[in-house]
Parts: sequence; C-alpha cells; structure tokens
Amino acid sequence: MNISNRFKRVRKKYGILLVLILLFIIATLLNSNFLSARNLSNISKQVSITTILAFGETILIISGMLDLSNGSVLALAGLLSVSVFKMTGSLLLAFLVAIIVAVICNILNGIMVTKFKTPPFIATLAMMAMARGAALLYTNGQNIYQIGDYTIFGQGSILGIPTPIIFLVIIAFVTWYILHHTRLGRSLYAIGGNEEAAVASGVNVNKNKMKAYIINGVFVGIAGVIFMSRVNAGLPNGGQGFEFQALTASIIGGTSFSGGIGTAGGTVIGAFIVGTLNNIMNLTAVNSYLQQIIRGAIIALAVIYDTYSKNMKMKSEKGEIEVEEDEKEE
Amino acid sequence: MEKEIKLKIENINKSFPGVKALDNINFSVKKGSVHVLCGENGAGKSTLMKIINGIYNQDSGEIYIDGELADINSPVEAIDHGISMIFQELNYVPEMTVEENFVAGRWPTNKFGKVNWKKARETAKNLLEEEGLNYSLDTKLKNLTISDIQLLEISKAVSYDSDIIIMDEPTSAISDKEIEILFEKINSLRDRGKSVIYISHKMDEIFQIADEITVLRDGKVVATNKAEDLTEDKVVSMMVGRELSKAFPKEEIEIGKKIFEVRNLSRKGVIRDINFNVHRGEIVGFAGLVGAGRTEVMRSLFGLDEFDSGEIKIKGKNAKITNTSDSIDNGLVMLSEDRRRYGIVPVRSVRENITISKLDDFIYGGRLHAKKEKKVVEDMSHKLNIKTPSIETNVSSLSGGNQQKVILAKWLVNNPDVFLLDEPTRGIDVGAKYEIYKLMVDLAKEGKGIVMVSSELPELIGMCDRIYVMSEGTITGELSREEFSQKAIMKYAIGG
Repeated sequence: MNISNRFKRVRKKYGILLVLILLFIIATLLNSNFLSARNLSNISKQVSITTILAFGETILIISGMLDLSNGSVLALAGLLSVSVFKMTGSLLLAFLVAIIVAVICNILNGIMVTKFKTPPFIATLAMMAMARGAALLYTNGQNIYQIGDYTIFGQGSILGIPTPIIFLVIIAFVTWYILHHTRLGRSLYAIGGNEEAAVASGVNVNKNKMKAYIINGVFVGIAGVIFMSRVNAGLPNGGQGFEFQALTASIIGGTSFSGGIGTAGGTVIGAFIVGTLNNIMNLTAVNSYLQQIIRGAIIALAVIYDTYSKNMKMKSEKGEIEVEEDEKEE
Repeated sequence: MEKEIKLKIENINKSFPGVKALDNINFSVKKGSVHVLCGENGAGKSTLMKIINGIYNQDSGEIYIDGELADINSPVEAIDHGISMIFQELNYVPEMTVEENFVAGRWPTNKFGKVNWKKARETAKNLLEEEGLNYSLDTKLKNLTISDIQLLEISKAVSYDSDIIIMDEPTSAISDKEIEILFEKINSLRDRGKSVIYISHKMDEIFQIADEITVLRDGKVVATNKAEDLTEDKVVSMMVGRELSKAFPKEEIEIGKKIFEVRNLSRKGVIRDINFNVHRGEIVGFAGLVGAGRTEVMRSLFGLDEFDSGEIKIKGKNAKITNTSDSIDNGLVMLSEDRRRYGIVPVRSVRENITISKLDDFIYGGRLHAKKEKKVVEDMSHKLNIKTPSIETNVSSLSGGNQQKVILAKWLVNNPDVFLLDEPTRGIDVGAKYEIYKLMVDLAKEGKGIVMVSSELPELIGMCDRIYVMSEGTITGELSREEFSQKAIMKYAIGG
C-alpha cells in the first residue's frame, strides 16, 4: 500500500473527526477563551438538544426516511409536560407525558409512511404543521412561566455533570447499541440500503420503520423536556428550525441521504462541528443573518461531499478488487 | 476480399489505482463486420469499451476511426464520431414513457430550446415501427419487463445511425425469440456496412454472428481470429487459460420423495392453473419465452406477489404463504432474476448481506453475537469461494458472479428445502457460472429440491432432470430428460 492510499484510508475513517479538531484549533486561535472548561461545557449543553434530535434523525435517514416534525413535536410534548407538572407537581409524570405525546405523534408519522405510503418528507411536513398548531392552540399562543423544579431536567447536574449532557450520553449509547448490536439496527440499514431486497430477504419493512419512528419519538420527547427546562418556560413557539439543525448534524456526521449509511459516532461529531461553528461565529460576533447563510452553505457542501466521495469510493474499490482477483489467478 | 478497417485500437493502456486494467491492447474492427469480444468478467472488456465510448480516458495509446486519430472524451463525442453503445446494465428512469426514453438526449427543439413534442412523437413512432416493436408510446418503462427495455435500448442505439455499434452482452435479459430478432438486426447492420462490436460469453451466440473474435484475458489480448478458424472449446480455453472439462457438472442423483408441490396456482391476468412438483435431489427447469409468466410464478410462490388461488405443499405439508418471511420460515427461498433490485443491499458489507435473512440465529438476549456471525459468514464465503478482499467489503464493489454467490450464501444460511433460482447465471462469467452449477448439484445431492428458471436452453438441458415449459401464463408442456431438445421446448414455448 502506498502513502496516498494510506492517507485516503485515514481520511475515510477519521475525516470528520479531523474537521472537528481543525475547527477547535481555529477557534482557539481566534479566541483564547474557546478552550476554557466553561465554554466547552456551554457548547455541550447548547448542542445537547439538537444532538438528541439528530440521533433520531440518523436512525430514520439510515432507514431511508426522515423527520421534519421534530421541532414542532418537541414544542408540543414539552409544553404539555410543563403543563402536567404545574397541575400535578410530579416530575416523573411530566417526563412520561412528554415521551408519550412525542411517541404518539411519531406513531402517526409511521402510520402515514407505512400504511398510506406517504413519502416521509410529506408525512412529517404535515405533522410539523399540526403539532405546532396544537401547541399554540393549547395555550392560545401564550407561554407558560414559573415552572419551578421542572428546571432540574435541563439545568440540574449529577456529580457535577449537567443533566442535558447525561441525557445526551445515554441516548448516544442507546443509538449506537440499536444500530450495531440489534436485529432492528441491521434491518434498518438493509431497508435504507435497498428496500426491495430487504423485503425479498424476509425483513418486515413496515414493522421496522414503525419502530424507527417510535424510537425517534422517545428521543424527541426527552429533548422537549430538556428544552423547556433550559429556557425556564413552556414555549409553544420553541424549537423552530431544530429539524434543520438536526438534519445538518446527521448529514455532516456522514449519514447518507440515499440511505443505508450512517453511525451514532459520526452524528455526535457532526453535531459538535455544527455547535462549534455556531460558537465560533458567536464569539467572533458574526452577523446573525450571515450565520444563517453559512449554515445553509454547510449543509449543501456536506451533501455534495457525500455524493462525490461515494462516486470516488466506488471507482477505487472496483480497482482494488481487480487486483485481488488477478493475484489469485497468477 | 479484405474489408476496410473502420476502427483501430493501438497500444491502449489503462490503470486504476493499484491495477492495470488494460495492458497494451491492439485490435481492429472492419467495416461491415461483426467483431466479437469475449473474456471472463474482469478481463477488461467493459473498460475497453468504456474508453472507446469516452466514459474513461486511456492512460496511453490511440484510437483511429477511418485511419484518423480520434480523441473521444465523452459519450456525446462518441456519438459524434459515429459510435453508439448499448450497456449491459440497463439504466433507465422508471417513470419515463417509451416515447420520452426514445427521444431523450435528442429532443427536437426550436431555436428557443422549446421541445417540439409533436415532432418527437413522430420520430419515436417511426423508430418503433421501423424496429417492429409494438409498444404504446405512452407506456411507462416501469410497466415493461427487462427484456422489453433491452430491446428498446437496442433499437434506440441502432437508430442513432452510427457506424460503430457496441453491444455489451445485449442478450443477457432477452429470450431466444428476441435474440433471433436481434441477430436479424445485427445482420442487416453488417449488410449496410456498419461495424458491430459484440461483447458476450455465450458460445452458441458468438459463433452464430461473429466474423472475427478477439479474446481478452487479464487485460491483455490473447488473440484475434476469424470465427471460422475457431471452435467453442478453443475460445473457452483461451478465455479461462485452461481447458474446461465440460460445461455442465451434472451428476446422476437419486431422486427422492416429493418435496414441493404446487396446485392450481392462479393470479388473475398473470398466471393460471400452475401445477408442478419437485422431488428431493431433483433440478427442475422452467423454460419459456420472456413474458410467459415464469418469473411471476416464482414471485407468487415466494410471497413477493399475491395470488388469487392455489395450494402450496412443502414436505407434504400445506404452506400458507402471504409474504416472504412465511416462505423463508417454510423452507422456501428465491433468487431473483434482478440481482441489483431484489438481491443485494449494495452499500452494506458482505457479512451483513449474508446474515440479513437469518439474524435470529445470532441474537442472544436481544444482542447480536458478532463472533458467531463472523464465523458463519467466513465459512460460507470460503465454501462458495466468494472473491472479496474481506467480509467487511461493500457488496457493490464485487463482480456480478460474486454478488450472486453472496445472495446464495444468504439463503444457504437458512438451510432451506426448496430453492427457486430465477436466471441464476444471468450476466456472470464462465468461471462463476460453473461454480453455481456445481453448487446446484451439491444441493441436489443433499436432498434439496431446486427449480431453475432460465432463458438459456443449453443450460436448462444441461442441468435439469425435468423441464416445464410455460407459455402465456400457464404450463404448456413437461419434458423428461430423454425428451429434452431445443426443438421440443420451443414447440411448447410458442404455445404448444
């Protein structure tokens, strides 16, 4: 193996991690405060919610689907959760309500996709509007304040570790475990990679797609609780644009929009790349409208890179195999 | 009389990262002649054709057309040089209509770029009539069979009025009757002074149409000869670099009990009253023209399509099959004619593709047992001689024959009783074909029942114990081994 091949292999395996490290270096050069424990902890807390959403998104995109409704469902689930807490004072009940609401919304997404064969884009676009409407209707557009102890979900800490980060780590582990160590994960990769072949291999496509949406629902519900807790209120308008950030994190993390490819680890890195970039732009006071343009450009570049590297990979792999066969024949 | 040289390839070299795909290739194609290019998969045929067609650029070497140096950098430039190509792997847009497909890339436009659909329609209609195809112009491609589309592609390429027409295994998806039509077309092209480069490894075809034959092996030209100076055996041994003892490793196996029985299987408008059976150790063939309903029978039996009525018995027991997992649970599996669509998950590894249908075997307490999985896959990959750098390699980067072996491995993991093999050797090279035949014989020896659908009659005759022939959605004949002949099969195939 020559050096250029070795370089390619390193790039393939650690490509996005190198991008993140590079960003860290640039950030430190731009602002010496960047590497402070406080700033890093801040970044982690800031990205925790979109990263949790990004895990759900990754699982769905791997299966050839997606979720545009997670921002709205997060608001609806979080709002009802806050409301239940104010009525009952039970943190546990409030937590469960958020998950149940988000799961129900995602079961509806799943039914649209599996039973009625609606493209996931359209199904979850409809849910995006409906869940937002329901949230606004519930409080008549008003915010809910004075949420008391509810704040521990997003602002508390255990052994000095902020709760959002604990949730983030647990959900990252769950995602990794599902994708790599379960029948469900394997089936989802196959469904996203080639649905017809998955059917012809005896994989129950609808059941697995439904499970993917339910898992996404659990993640969205938890994200809703953390969000409301962090902002100290029940905001029916909260979480707007989160679907975009979650999708961006997932795609930058190497999840392929054509399905069948993606990892939990990649998603974490993707989310931190987005988070770090936002942090740098804020620390260096980049105009917020300009920031939007930059975020949009990044997702376009990530998709272009995905398509380009896949083409290159197919070509080079073809070459490699032929070597293998020639050697055997001689 | 020596014919004039139309296309001359001189000292063409091409390397991909780490591999020399073409090594100093020289050959020339005459005007008004059919030049067959053969060689195993990976020999460099397709790479060479892609260079001539401008998809790849050569590292060194020249292409001369009519004695003039030609610099071809894209398929569009190739068409300008009078070269058109029909690809082996069909790429089409399922939602396109026949008409749109025909005029795609050469839309008749006015000076503002607006498409003149009336003219387009006329052009397409005339082309279809000229080629003797009777499809409606508004039929969507997704509603045509692969062979229909293949015929369409052939007609389309011919209609560009090119002087050099490259056909890359054009018969891999069409039936004998359609092959005849194709050969007539090729003959008329030759009479009109065109040059046809025909890539194939089907010996009977090659000798029917070839004027000259060039054999490639490992990226080098082995030899170019006039067809009349060669025999099938000579060509095959040049291709593989060794003598093949015989084409079909058929063995006498004791036929056991009835293992699979189908009664009165019907699906409205598609298949009707299908009755057949398979015994242990038996290889049963299904012959017929394309569109006779053979694939449809297999799909219904496997649970991919619904059926209206019919009984399926496996090992004497009634099997209720409503989806593919029912049939797999009942010990019935199917290898599809369309490998890329129904067979493989290209972006996933050999390992994941092999175990996808039997993951339960590797689950302990909800967790996949990676070591056990790896062991099973490695054993299987070794047993079937799957050529892959590792079991973690993506299936998309394997050759057709090895992809087919991966699918077979997937089914072997399930240890089923009955195999439905729909065109199991389509588009794969001679060596891999032989290995798949050998595997079929081994499975038969283990007492499995095997159904083989094939459009290649020599293969059916060479491998089967019995052959059912289908025509227009129903079985029109059953032949035992003593009665096998191409003539007898064709008689039933055209409606008996």
